[in-house]
Amino acid sequence: MGQTFSEKVLGRKAGKAVRPGEVVVVAPDFYLSHDNSAAISKEFRKLGVKAVKAPHKIVIVLDHIVPAASEEYAQNHKTIREFVAEQGIPNFFDIQHGVCHQVFSEQGFALPGKLVVGSDSHTTTYGAFGAFAAGIGRTEMACLWATDEIWLRVPETIRIDFRGKFQPAVAPKDAILRIIGDQGADGADYRAVEFGGPAASEFSLAGRMLLANMAAEFGAKNGTFEPDGTTLDWLKKRARAEFGVVRSDPDAVYEKVLCYDLGALEPQVACPHKVDNVKPVTAVAGLKIHQALIGTCTNGRLEDLEAAARILRGGKVHPQVRTLILPASAEVYRAALKRGLLEVFTEAGCVILNPGCGPCLGAHQGILAAGEVVLSTSNRNFRGRMGSRDSEIYLASPATVAASARTGVITDPRTVS
Amino acid sequence: MSKGRVWKYGDDVNTDVLFAGKYTYTAMEPAEMARHALEDLDPEFATGVKPGDVVLAGKNFGCGSSREQAAACLKSAGVAAVIAKSFARIYFRNATNLGLPVVQSAEAADALEKGDEVEVDFGAGELRTNKGTFRFAPLPEAVLGILEAGGLIAYTKKKIAAGTR
Repeated sequence: MGQTFSEKVLGRKAGKAVRPGEVVVVAPDFYLSHDNSAAISKEFRKLGVKAVKAPHKIVIVLDHIVPAASEEYAQNHKTIREFVAEQGIPNFFDIQHGVCHQVFSEQGFALPGKLVVGSDSHTTTYGAFGAFAAGIGRTEMACLWATDEIWLRVPETIRIDFRGKFQPAVAPKDAILRIIGDQGADGADYRAVEFGGPAASEFSLAGRMLLANMAAEFGAKNGTFEPDGTTLDWLKKRARAEFGVVRSDPDAVYEKVLCYDLGALEPQVACPHKVDNVKPVTAVAGLKIHQALIGTCTNGRLEDLEAAARILRGGKVHPQVRTLILPASAEVYRAALKRGLLEVFTEAGCVILNPGCGPCLGAHQGILAAGEVVLSTSNRNFRGRMGSRDSEIYLASPATVAASARTGVITDPRTVS
Repeated sequence: MSKGRVWKYGDDVNTDVLFAGKYTYTAMEPAEMARHALEDLDPEFATGVKPGDVVLAGKNFGCGSSREQAAACLKSAGVAAVIAKSFARIYFRNATNLGLPVVQSAEAADALEKGDEVEVDFGAGELRTNKGTFRFAPLPEAVLGILEAGGLIAYTKKKIAAGTR
């Protein structure tokens, strides 16, 4: 009987053939944490060991509230910098780099066949490069720092095959929102998700990172694409370690197989207050918005900013819509600068934020007041996430958000030239 | 064994309503965490909850972020267990690691209402309530070991001391 990608990666780590439902104790290749590293270090100190076991496996990126928005956040960052120096952790990325998932990938830690865990739910992003990557909690990260081992349940796998081609103004975001709307917020709880099929190559690496990232929004343990030439080219100058591509067997056993025709998709919007409350844009078109957010770890990559800039070039955003641009990393920021995209945004009346998590988690840089509505390219629209519990978050693609920023109401990007 | 009242909620109770993101990156004492528990879903919870009470919900409890405070705040508030139809995977891990028991029982989640009385017997795998007794599958061995030690830190500390790790 064939094996899935996840069974193979966990089996190699466990040193035996494994089946879904089994619990294995494994040593991951890399582990990611961010601003929560201060809290993790506090738990680590309780364990009574002096040194972390494998400092070279630890990757820390400060991104959640950068630069520090208050004295408390500043102390949090300071604690982390001191811990990094004390423990000799070589892979530390301070506030100037960007969102952890983008930085981790750009820096060449997200590699095919590797096992990565991170104390952030969107750690699943690295599945875009063929890594097994799953989110964990803080306390278990502290124990991992001390012991270099963690228990993981071998997941059943759901396969999602794509065929067809995207219509103009329809994007990977519309595909993943439609999938989450269909499958429900727990549609893949405890499961691995493999994205594939004849049209998998229609997704750029940015699109693959988005889908793998948002696999977490329907409960998945991980979300993966099989590496292809595009992946390997991108990794050429970045890979931090040697790697071997792991692929599912042709006769691997899946819990279920779903198929999506990209050509049949139209732009989608996730409505408050659940990511699975997804409707076609036409069903909510005309709704007034107060803020627009383009960027974050889902849609803050160069092609996302280009899609937004195509719509905003030469025009102005609606005077009553605060439009925030949030590049995913400094690398993306510099590329956008070179291509003139930042000029387009600032001339259109947008506010360009520094790379990081920005207002997505509701701590700074664009908090919503009661009664306000934001249309965002980010990944969560839970009640109160970006400010007041009486504000509303709608999620959509960069093209839909840019089109709506111009008109002041939720707008079908296919209607904007 | 614990005895308390039910606080009932629906499906997909997420980590943002359990514990808001704006509080997550500042050092917070347990008592203060408890004051913000479920703030954006049920502002009455934090002031009304008593030690031994249980949180009862539908499917996919704790979906969203990996933030551990979403479990810690309930533990600090004295919640004896979370009973739900199902749990989001990271929440299941976090709750277990902090010593907050999670119990899966669709029957209890359907039958019980806010204010009902529940006694949780982990040994027997029973929820004894004013609406009858509901059985639940005993927790997996790995999970029980961590809960019995009082959480993953204590469990790991023991293992390190014993030289098994």
